[in-house]
Amino acid sequence: MSQTDLEIVVDDPTAPEEDSPSVVSSGTIEIVVCLMLLALAVTLAYDNWRTGAAWDATGPEPGYFPFYLCVILGGGSLYGLIAALLAHRAPRETFVTRAQARRVMAVFVPTLLFCLLTQFLGLYVASFLLISGFMRFVGKIALWKSLLTAFVFTAIMFVTFDIAFDVIMPKGPLEAALGR
Amino acid sequence: MEAFGLLIHGFAVLLTWKTVVLMLVGLVLGIFVGVLPGLGGPNGVAILLPLTFTMDPTSAIVMLSCIYWGALFGGAITSILFNIPGEAWSVATTFDGYPMAQQGRAAEALTAAFTSSFIGSLVAVLLITFLAPMISSFALKFGPPEFFAVYLLTFCSFVGLGREAKHKTVISMSLGLLLAGVGMDTVSGNLRMTFGSAELLRGINFLVAVIGLFGISEILLTMEERLALRGHAASISLRVVLSVWKDLPKYWVTLLRSSFIGCWLGITPGGAIAASFMGYNLAKRFAKNPEGFGKGRIEGVFAPETAAHASGTSALLPMLALGIPGSGTAAILLGGLMVWGLNPGPLLFVEHKDFVWGLIASMYLGNVVGLALVLTTVPIFASILRVPFAAVAPMIVVSCAIGAYAIQNAMFDIWLMLGFGIVGYVFKKIGIPLAPFTLALVLGNRAEDAFRLSMIGSGGTLKVFWSNGLVGSITTLAIVLLFWPVIDGLLARVGWTHRTRATSREA
Repeated sequence: MSQTDLEIVVDDPTAPEEDSPSVVSSGTIEIVVCLMLLALAVTLAYDNWRTGAAWDATGPEPGYFPFYLCVILGGGSLYGLIAALLAHRAPRETFVTRAQARRVMAVFVPTLLFCLLTQFLGLYVASFLLISGFMRFVGKIALWKSLLTAFVFTAIMFVTFDIAFDVIMPKGPLEAALGR
Repeated sequence: MEAFGLLIHGFAVLLTWKTVVLMLVGLVLGIFVGVLPGLGGPNGVAILLPLTFTMDPTSAIVMLSCIYWGALFGGAITSILFNIPGEAWSVATTFDGYPMAQQGRAAEALTAAFTSSFIGSLVAVLLITFLAPMISSFALKFGPPEFFAVYLLTFCSFVGLGREAKHKTVISMSLGLLLAGVGMDTVSGNLRMTFGSAELLRGINFLVAVIGLFGISEILLTMEERLALRGHAASISLRVVLSVWKDLPKYWVTLLRSSFIGCWLGITPGGAIAASFMGYNLAKRFAKNPEGFGKGRIEGVFAPETAAHASGTSALLPMLALGIPGSGTAAILLGGLMVWGLNPGPLLFVEHKDFVWGLIASMYLGNVVGLALVLTTVPIFASILRVPFAAVAPMIVVSCAIGAYAIQNAMFDIWLMLGFGIVGYVFKKIGIPLAPFTLALVLGNRAEDAFRLSMIGSGGTLKVFWSNGLVGSITTLAIVLLFWPVIDGLLARVGWTHRTRATSREA
């Protein structure tokens, strides 16, 4: 009937090992998140209280609506906190294993550096560095392929956004030197 | 038949070379987005939104909605060939689609998936064409209390009917509503929750949050998993397409049932994911010999795909008619409307006829063109997956950053995007749903305005939400839905309803 001749096979040489030890359990993260949300709710509630969360002659004051939302958020996270604390003794579910954490960091750290570089060098230079660096060091792809891909992609982005669609991106010293 | 005349006018608006080209570009980009791991419908639309800022609204929405159709089509390709659902709503498609591919019937499965997607969307678009103008003209009589009641209904049904833990939905929703309030208060002009920061003065942009929550977090989650793929390559020949189409009338009950389920769940915030599972399970239950399911039955592809697409499309109905999105992607399109200076809601049908009917016409046209496009180009798109993720991931990060920056030309937004990326990653892993957050963030200001205007109108009494039959019944329904799990439990205890939840359980 149909043709399924060749298979597409992509390997993942740096895949995380299956039996990697757990770094932290989901329950612990849930407790931390609920505590942070609770703190956020209290801070925002205080700020809205200061702005005015009561009624005046014309109706609710600016802080009224958000203040009660803070109460709901606080209630929800308090409930979540208690539920997570009670369930803490139950068998623990892994939030992230060590191998997974390493892989996530391998994307997160470059992304963070990329944002920093964008601030100082402009978006296009940072994007060239991110793509070539990531392909070379995380993906272990040949240097010339990495540099070429990064250059082509960055150039396409520049032409599409800055020239064709007039959407201006942050620029740095390199673009200034080239007079853009 | 007023709708029909306006629809013809919509086609006239649409049929220029420029729009057709934009439509094709949108569809191709959309299929890309659907096929690539780490990108999905909502964030694909959000990232590409900046491209449309300098366009006129009609061209912009045509391109964006085509990205959306493309993403819906693209999800099926990876589910069938690779057993990897590109989107959560394609999970049910893998049950029978992948076995079919293993048996060498990949082309058949793909044709079935694309055709049923097309049928599902078509039914939903027909529904939109005739129902949306009626609902919106009815909604023109709405005042602030009615609107607030409808918003309340949306929020409450998320909490009451959602499958996640209730408190997590509540957390996600109230956080979204709160963050929507950061910045200048639209009614009084006061500053709220800015803590003296000039950057927060602008408020937290909805699209920046979406790009972080769905784009960046998805990259982090994708990296966590093993990325090795094994899949079947397939090309579709005309003969296969025709033989599948010839058999189509045999499955009309399945197609119709799934379309109906999809439309219903799309309009209510049940969503495409629930719709695809329900479509699949019902098809299995009503089949004469259900044993064949899961081993490569073609109905097992027809049923979930039709339902998912009917639902994804009909989610645009409440967005157009009432200004309330029925899904995450619809919420982003709604954000787009605001960027282009259109005010979503029932007035859209009166003030921007060209725009609305152009959009509806583009749904018809986009689906036909999309079907032809995917049927002919599947091999190309399937081979995109050969590109190593180490090359794709940084490109997605750069695209996200461009998207986030372009919205308000603010470097701060890139940092905000990164922050939301972390939040999205953690929330997804501990099961806090992101859809209510997205919806709350986009509707927050409008809901608050509606609430305050009704309060000002009534002199500060909550009785205004029960002041007439219409608003009273919507508010009551909202509260019933909020406490639905409790009510359902009580009814079950009394023995009024016997719980038939098997439909959504298996899978």
